[in-house]
Amino acid sequence: MINQNSKILLEVRGLHASVNGIEILKGVDLTVKCGEIHAIMGLNGSGKSTFAKILAGHPAYEVTAGAIIFNEQNLFDLEPEERARAGVFLAFQYPIEIPGVANNQFLRLAYNTIQSQRGKEELDPLEFDDFIRDKMKLLEMNPDFLDRSVNEGFSGGEKKRNEILQMALLEPKLAILDETDSGLDIDALRIVANGVNQLTNKDNATILVTHYQRLLDYIVPDYVHVMEAGRIIKTSGKELAKELETHGYDWINAEKSFNKTGVRL
Amino acid sequence: MSAVLQNLVNQPYKHGFVTEIEADIAPKGLNEEIIRLISSKKNEPEWLLTFRLQAYEKWLSMPQPGWQNVKYPEIDFQAISYYSAPKPKKKLASMDEVDPELLRTFEKLGVPMHERAALAGVAVDVIFDSVSVATTYKERLAEIGIIFCSFSEAVHSHPELVKKYLGTVVPIGDNFYAALNSAVFTDGSFCFIPKGVKCPMDLSTYFRINTEESGQFERTLIIAEEGASVSYLEGCTAPRFDTNQLHAAVVELIALDNAEIKYSTVQNWYAGDEKGVGGIYNFVTKRGLAKGANSRISWTQVETGSAITWKYPSCILRGENSVGEFYSVAVTNHYQQADTGTKMIHIGRNTRSTIVSKSISAGYSNSSYRGLVRIAPTAENARNYSQCDSMLIGDQCGVNTFPYIQVQNNSAKVEHEASTSRIGEDQLFYFLQRGIGAEEAVSMIINGFCKEVFQQLPLEFAVEATKLLSFKLEGSVG
Ligand SMILES: Nc1ncnc2c1ncn2[C@@H]1O[C@H](COP(=O)(O)OP(=O)(O)OP(=O)(O)O)[C@@H](O)[C@H]1O
Ligand SMILES: [Mg+2]
Repeated sequence: MINQNSKILLEVRGLHASVNGIEILKGVDLTVKCGEIHAIMGLNGSGKSTFAKILAGHPAYEVTAGAIIFNEQNLFDLEPEERARAGVFLAFQYPIEIPGVANNQFLRLAYNTIQSQRGKEELDPLEFDDFIRDKMKLLEMNPDFLDRSVNEGFSGGEKKRNEILQMALLEPKLAILDETDSGLDIDALRIVANGVNQLTNKDNATILVTHYQRLLDYIVPDYVHVMEAGRIIKTSGKELAKELETHGYDWINAEKSFNKTGVRL
Repeated sequence: MSAVLQNLVNQPYKHGFVTEIEADIAPKGLNEEIIRLISSKKNEPEWLLTFRLQAYEKWLSMPQPGWQNVKYPEIDFQAISYYSAPKPKKKLASMDEVDPELLRTFEKLGVPMHERAALAGVAVDVIFDSVSVATTYKERLAEIGIIFCSFSEAVHSHPELVKKYLGTVVPIGDNFYAALNSAVFTDGSFCFIPKGVKCPMDLSTYFRINTEESGQFERTLIIAEEGASVSYLEGCTAPRFDTNQLHAAVVELIALDNAEIKYSTVQNWYAGDEKGVGGIYNFVTKRGLAKGANSRISWTQVETGSAITWKYPSCILRGENSVGEFYSVAVTNHYQQADTGTKMIHIGRNTRSTIVSKSISAGYSNSSYRGLVRIAPTAENARNYSQCDSMLIGDQCGVNTFPYIQVQNNSAKVEHEASTSRIGEDQLFYFLQRGIGAEEAVSMIINGFCKEVFQQLPLEFAVEATKLLSFKLEGSVG
């Protein structure tokens, strides 16, 4: 929800980044205030996931220019695990499998690490079990997933649900959901979206990376951005997603040329 | 003592030995006289001296093995002193006297000693600390007929048993290092579980702080008679230092009908500094003979130390329906080298063996798995399952797998699975993104990877092994 008096949670200015010497982000600007929901859309390969991973501190990407302030802190001063503890959460587009590590152990360790960081109480395995089962109900997840290895053999949709389960557990300040809707069936989409909606409040913010309007029917964004070739080329309200769905991305370029030339192509 | 021995003991040695002998350290080098000296110092019976001398003859004719995938400068066997009398260290009166550095390590590994000292269920070989505890246990074990003592003691108290079984599993000329050990071994452990007796506690060679050096050439002999069973623990997680670089132990296990021997090792010898300088060379021959029908030999090992490890705990499955198992975790870091694995020799009908080998390599280390599964023509319906998994941390280390399979009976079923994985940047990042630090992440991944092996360890050993691995891999990622 937009509130002009809200505090700025994330401010990205002129962000350039490259991987293996190839420049992928070419000057990203974005401001996210507490309480807001932002959607980022854009063609495949435009740099959305790269941007998300850079926010989380992925070591493969090299930031070559620009600044990111998160919660009044220089984000580049923080290691990836410190960013997580400070409240940056990334739901991965492709959650990785970790064979041999039980999901419940992993979840509890993550939870306790963040709890202790916040000066809150850690939970022993039994307490945690009760706690996590409640959270799983919210996402209508089968508790059997607790005993399996992290993401191993999970279906695409199950992996995405497991990501949101972690979001529910860690209660981040800034949640970046990278195509969480891809791979979810219609029921799962509704369940996951409801889960996310229950987690958003006036003190946190969410960035949704998506290709489809149907997610935004459930989680209504305050802003929709379009990324192209490593830049945010257009920002507007929620109606932008609908227009994109009807007209496609070419329409933006067409619209831009229209603005320049005054002639609609 | 026989007159012959008496004479030997009193006989003056040439080359100015005499003063050296008084100092209780033999001069450097290996020859027949040195072997006679060792034997006489230990008041050994004639047959044991003969055993040693025969082994020495064999050894002289054998070349140093060069087939293993490890590199080290040639060892000068004439530059080693083969005998020094065990010098009892003064006993510590309280915990305050324990080296604080050692205490810190225990702390880090999560094994506070006071807890360990009170730990029930672990009997202690007399060579080591806590003589009173050991004595109590020994008395209790003796009541049910179990003999558990140092090898030297057994030679005197139960010569007929030692004579009957020594060298029957690992013959004196088995390999270069076994021959050397057979010629010059100084001490070790002896364990005998009589017919029908289930040993009520895990038997352990070390009780944390060894008060005396066990020597470079340890000799261990464990016998389980019909229907007997024992679980034996060797080693400990605390780092073990030794001024002797070369170690060549021999362990022989014998299981008669329906007997079961479970042998677990946690090995953390000094591996040298970060450049690999000064670490122990550990060349071990361990072999179990499942002699009787339905007998079972099970090896579990967690190998984390030594500069060079060369070790293949093996099973000879002679009895019908006998079972051999090998569960291993080998961790190498920095410049460590390990060539380890197992041999399963199926001779009896319906014999079964399982091999689970996990290797973890970090730094510039090199780890090889070498396994042999042989199904003899007599081994009707033999089965083997082998699984070899390797995990790499970083990109400077290497792993190799050398599985040798020889099947001479068509009814055999032999399965082999192998995998190699790397702790990838993206896996690690997933942990970091959830707030979990790199060290903890690696330890979680590693423990998951080793689970099947750790499950085989006695519980408290498993807990320590888990911590030991994290400790060993500290700083290898991130
Ligand atoms: N490690 C890498 N090495 C080489 N190129 C990379 C790497 N990571 C990303 N890229 C390239 O950067 C570009 C942006 O990728 P990114 O994953 O950010 O796109 P995206 O907008 O998330 O696309 P999609 O909608 O398909 O998920 C792509 O052309 C991709 O191939
Ligand atoms: Mg993407």
